[in-house]
Amino acid sequence: MRTFLSDSLRRTPVGREADEILRSCVHCGFCNATCPTYQVLGDERDGPRGRIYLIKEMLENNAATRETQHHLDRCLTCRACETTCPSGVQYNRLLEIGRAAAESSVKRPLTERLQREFILRTVPRPALFRQLLSLAGLFRPLLPVAVKKVVPESVSKTECWPETTRPRKVLLLEGCVQPVTAPRINLAAAKILDRLGIQAIPATGCCGALSHHLSREEKTLATVKSNIDLWWPLVEAGAEAIILTASGCAPTVGDYGRLLEWDRNYAERAQKISALSHDISAFLEREDLGQFANSANGDQRIVFHSPCTLQHGLKRAGRVETLLEGLGFNLNPVQDAHLCCGSAGSYSILQKKLSQQLLAAKIEKLEEGEPAVIATANIGCLMHLQSGTGRPVKHWIELLDQQSG
Amino acid sequence: MRPFECDGLSVYRALPLMVALPTNTGQVREILKTCYRLGVPVVTRGAGTGLSGGALPLEQGLLLVLTKLNRILAIDPLNRTARLEPGVRNQAISESAARYGLYYAPDPSSQVACSIGGNVAENSGGVHCLKYGLTVHNVLEVTVLTIEGDELVLGSEALDAPGFDLLALINGSEGMLGVIIEVVVRLLPLPETAQVVLAGFASSEAAAATVSEIIGAGIVPAGLEMMDRLSVEAVEAFNSPGYPRDAEAVLLCELDGGEAEVAEQMTRVREILETQRASSVTVSHSESERLRLWQGRKNAFPAVGRIKPDYYCMDGTIPRRELPRVLADISAASSRYGLAVANVFHAGDGNLHPLILYDANQQDELEKAERLGAEILTMCIEAGGTVTGEHGVGMEKIDSMCEQFPAAELEQFHALKYAFDPPGLLNPGKAVPTLHRCAELGAMHVHGGKLPFPDLPRF
Repeated sequence: MRTFLSDSLRRTPVGREADEILRSCVHCGFCNATCPTYQVLGDERDGPRGRIYLIKEMLENNAATRETQHHLDRCLTCRACETTCPSGVQYNRLLEIGRAAAESSVKRPLTERLQREFILRTVPRPALFRQLLSLAGLFRPLLPVAVKKVVPESVSKTECWPETTRPRKVLLLEGCVQPVTAPRINLAAAKILDRLGIQAIPATGCCGALSHHLSREEKTLATVKSNIDLWWPLVEAGAEAIILTASGCAPTVGDYGRLLEWDRNYAERAQKISALSHDISAFLEREDLGQFANSANGDQRIVFHSPCTLQHGLKRAGRVETLLEGLGFNLNPVQDAHLCCGSAGSYSILQKKLSQQLLAAKIEKLEEGEPAVIATANIGCLMHLQSGTGRPVKHWIELLDQQSG
Repeated sequence: MRPFECDGLSVYRALPLMVALPTNTGQVREILKTCYRLGVPVVTRGAGTGLSGGALPLEQGLLLVLTKLNRILAIDPLNRTARLEPGVRNQAISESAARYGLYYAPDPSSQVACSIGGNVAENSGGVHCLKYGLTVHNVLEVTVLTIEGDELVLGSEALDAPGFDLLALINGSEGMLGVIIEVVVRLLPLPETAQVVLAGFASSEAAAATVSEIIGAGIVPAGLEMMDRLSVEAVEAFNSPGYPRDAEAVLLCELDGGEAEVAEQMTRVREILETQRASSVTVSHSESERLRLWQGRKNAFPAVGRIKPDYYCMDGTIPRRELPRVLADISAASSRYGLAVANVFHAGDGNLHPLILYDANQQDELEKAERLGAEILTMCIEAGGTVTGEHGVGMEKIDSMCEQFPAAELEQFHALKYAFDPPGLLNPGKAVPTLHRCAELGAMHVHGGKLPFPDLPRF
């Protein structure tokens, strides 16, 4: 596509990158077909092609409007469009650039600013988040239904991981939301790794995705650097990989190298950390999982919801499904599996209406074959889906852990 | 409103006066009535995937976007029909009909995104049109609103309707006669089996000759497509469908029908491929393999965007027997202009899609691409063909229409438009050039740089 970016902008690294991405788009519109928000809204400006155009206009004329920001906000960053795009447009990167540009020149209304600030100050801090949720739990009966759905009935305490020393060691990122709302997931992962003769060492911290998606670059970089400082001694001590059980974290940690490529102090370590990071499915694929073959629940129907970060972000569509089926699990087929469930990090809070519409549509598709369990691979999707169904929603790693072996 | 300034042909842009996104047909009617009263031109747009600029807005006009009218109103499995709002995606029709063992046959490459209203307006083709016909052959009834807001039902669910066949007229009318608000399409039973064979060739000419051999042998493939080396490179870079990278051209030939019929025809096609010295032959042995082989072809256009930032997609049609010669001429013109041309096309129909690769940020390249394009269309007309196969004329090929039709015929087209749209408010200036425009161009056949009748005054 033809672009008219100013020379001064084109001379900056970001401007050059944006220009290259914009020019790789041929404006065919295939992306709209798999865009969840375009499916719901049917408005060019709420599909990837329109957003690309809005960003193009904003960069060309150096004029961001509140309206442009509104349409960019509505993007889930599910990246289904990237999977669909035959021209290889790096939409997500362009959106990051576009959102940052809009953020720096458009002032959000006070309520939005407060909402975003609140999320950023609480969710990525497990200790505080835990206290808040416990507090909310006390008042649960008094809460409005909409809020009640997302507040868990009880906040579980962290359980102890296996402590056996093993020759092979990996770091297991605990994450921010997950250890508070579903500590059972990392526990299951640690137990599985232990059974494979691998010692999981807990690595604390939020990966930085939350602030990254809200275009808070300084905060993101600070988080990333502190993570690197924290994890590096453990990597040097011989951890062979950094394992992530939330697929939402994996693309962000995988991006550390790029985020800090300009930083002389961190670039090298950031790159190494990114290279070592794996979604747990990618790591386990290379291990012998025979002992986890499904023996007891042969007849139980399971449905797997593939998170966008897994299928579009990490390009691992179908891989967990293949792994589970290889172990003897019975998986129901899912219609429109490429569509987002509407969770998308803070999206479920900031874009409530759209998020709920997508959730309802997703639950309908997932429940079509009357599954006993809905499995997924990301804590955000897990909590979101659970708020819309009576069926148990689990991380697939928990299913493996249940196999006695 | 910028995102609405162009459709799939993004080199032509115009910011509309306003954009309307109605959510029901009542609103469409009110919009049309208002525009009629105020004398505001209306350009209708569907998914905006068109490649001829048919939905290019007018600066002084309203852009009527029908993407929100996207409900499938009814599927009748016994009559094998589907009643649709205009914004329903082409592929969504087949997906919904699949539970009844039915599908909608015309399948443009953009079928994942394009909508049925636009398909009717442009009379879209697709890979499977060789056997199953264009949109016009698969539509039974179309409801349109005139610029006055009156509803017309053209055609019927029966095979024929009394009076003139206005249904055929509305197919390919490019939004100039009425606004399509409902379409009834014919659904076909999914074939018992379908198999595709992929063959590589040492030259485009050899592949083109094979096309004629297959059709000449009395075989009617469900699809018969050709791609040259450049397009193969592009799709292999996108999703590696497994096309031979060493071939100069590949053919994709699909056969469908009963098991025995397909097996018998496949044997004959393979014999022909062998006689024609195909350098490689791959036959699909499962449905997923068949779909994978088609994935390359279906994504070929945008995938070419990986080679150069922009492409200009042509859509000329020629008699099949002329394929080898015209392909050679295109290749010669491509080197003369210094612009690469990737060929991806419906070989069985003789419907060419040369993709001229250029960089829109280099001003002279766009002009060169347009001149090369016009030259290719002239080649098509001279070979006894037409300037459009399935993408419509829109804005892109409007000047070539002066070459294709003499003034008297163009006048008849205008008379027809007048009958439907007396004030001329529906998509004015597209598809059929005014005689003025042709005169200004001199309806020129420029040979060797010489204008015809150079002594005639031009204005």
